[in-house]
Amino acid sequence: MPPEPDLGFAAAFAPALLDPVRLAPEIVTGPNGKAPGKRYDVYRNNVTVSLIDALAAIYPAVQRITGIDFFRAMARFHVRQTPPISPLLFDYGRDFPAFIAQYEHAQMMPWLADVARIERAWLDAYHAADAVPVSPAQLAAVAPERLGDLVLIPHPAAGIVRSQFAAVTIFAANRDTSPVGRIDAASPEDALVTRAEFDVVVRHLPPGGAAVASSLMSGRPLGEAAARALDAAADFDLASNITGLIEAGAFTSIAFGDV
Amino acid sequence: MSAKFAVTTLVLAGAMSTALATLAAAAPLTKAEGDAAIAAKKEKCFGVALKGQNDCAAGPGTTCQGTSTTDFQGNAWKFVQGGTCTSIELPGGKKGSLKPV
Repeated sequence: MPPEPDLGFAAAFAPALLDPVRLAPEIVTGPNGKAPGKRYDVYRNNVTVSLIDALAAIYPAVQRITGIDFFRAMARFHVRQTPPISPLLFDYGRDFPAFIAQYEHAQMMPWLADVARIERAWLDAYHAADAVPVSPAQLAAVAPERLGDLVLIPHPAAGIVRSQFAAVTIFAANRDTSPVGRIDAASPEDALVTRAEFDVVVRHLPPGGAAVASSLMSGRPLGEAAARALDAAADFDLASNITGLIEAGAFTSIAFGDV
Repeated sequence: MSAKFAVTTLVLAGAMSTALATLAAAAPLTKAEGDAAIAAKKEKCFGVALKGQNDCAAGPGTTCQGTSTTDFQGNAWKFVQGGTCTSIELPGGKKGSLKPV
């Protein structure tokens, strides 16, 4: 074990970094004994900007939707009230979607927080552990009478984002630079995010699909998940949902009963 | 399993065999095919919404991200219509707007 670092200096130096109203800490002096304000502001700028840049890198579609100036202003408010708790920059910004949801100037874009949630799920899938998805052959080997108790173990990269808005379409249209046509934001869309091999893939789940996928991913047996889905909508297409989830690589292995 | 969640083995077996048959026959969409399907608003269930990414997708703090830290400071800023939000519509003709409400 390395010795515990002495955080005394950092504890005195850091608190004013994200608060532009506070004076530079007393432990800091400027050259030739001058006031340290301007020099300390360099650190302030670097910390703030690096965190705003981190949010811009994690949430590029949100930035494209709002435009850069709006995004950076919104991000600055968030950065100042939510400093990082991990030294890993790609881990920063988990609370940003929730911040967007209540940010007063984003209220006209009620879909924006959900788009951010998909972007966060995208990066989490990117950094999740590698795992080989369950194969159709493994499923084909299950005896029919055991299918009701079949439990599917979720893939480390698999995630679901549900939205009352067309979040998947808006996300997909804004993750690259091609022109964005008219999008009707009103139709609810749920996203399945997976990374079976190297590429993160975001899929638009069919109606009812998110409920059955969530149920399976939380360890409920297939019989129960299917019955709930069919209870909710008698025309629920169980076969195509199973196909989609397996094809997406949402699961790694199978088990039986409650696990 | 409680009676409330009854679903017959026949239903499950039928769905699973259909699923496995479909999987055996399915050819994955390429990025271009997926994009075309989305553009044509014919995205199928579980349609590929987005696959390709630039090679710098690992996020901030990774080696391909720059470390430039120049920016304006301060709280004063204007709402600028710079983004794509005006393309995104809600019923009643409401559009996303960056103007303060």
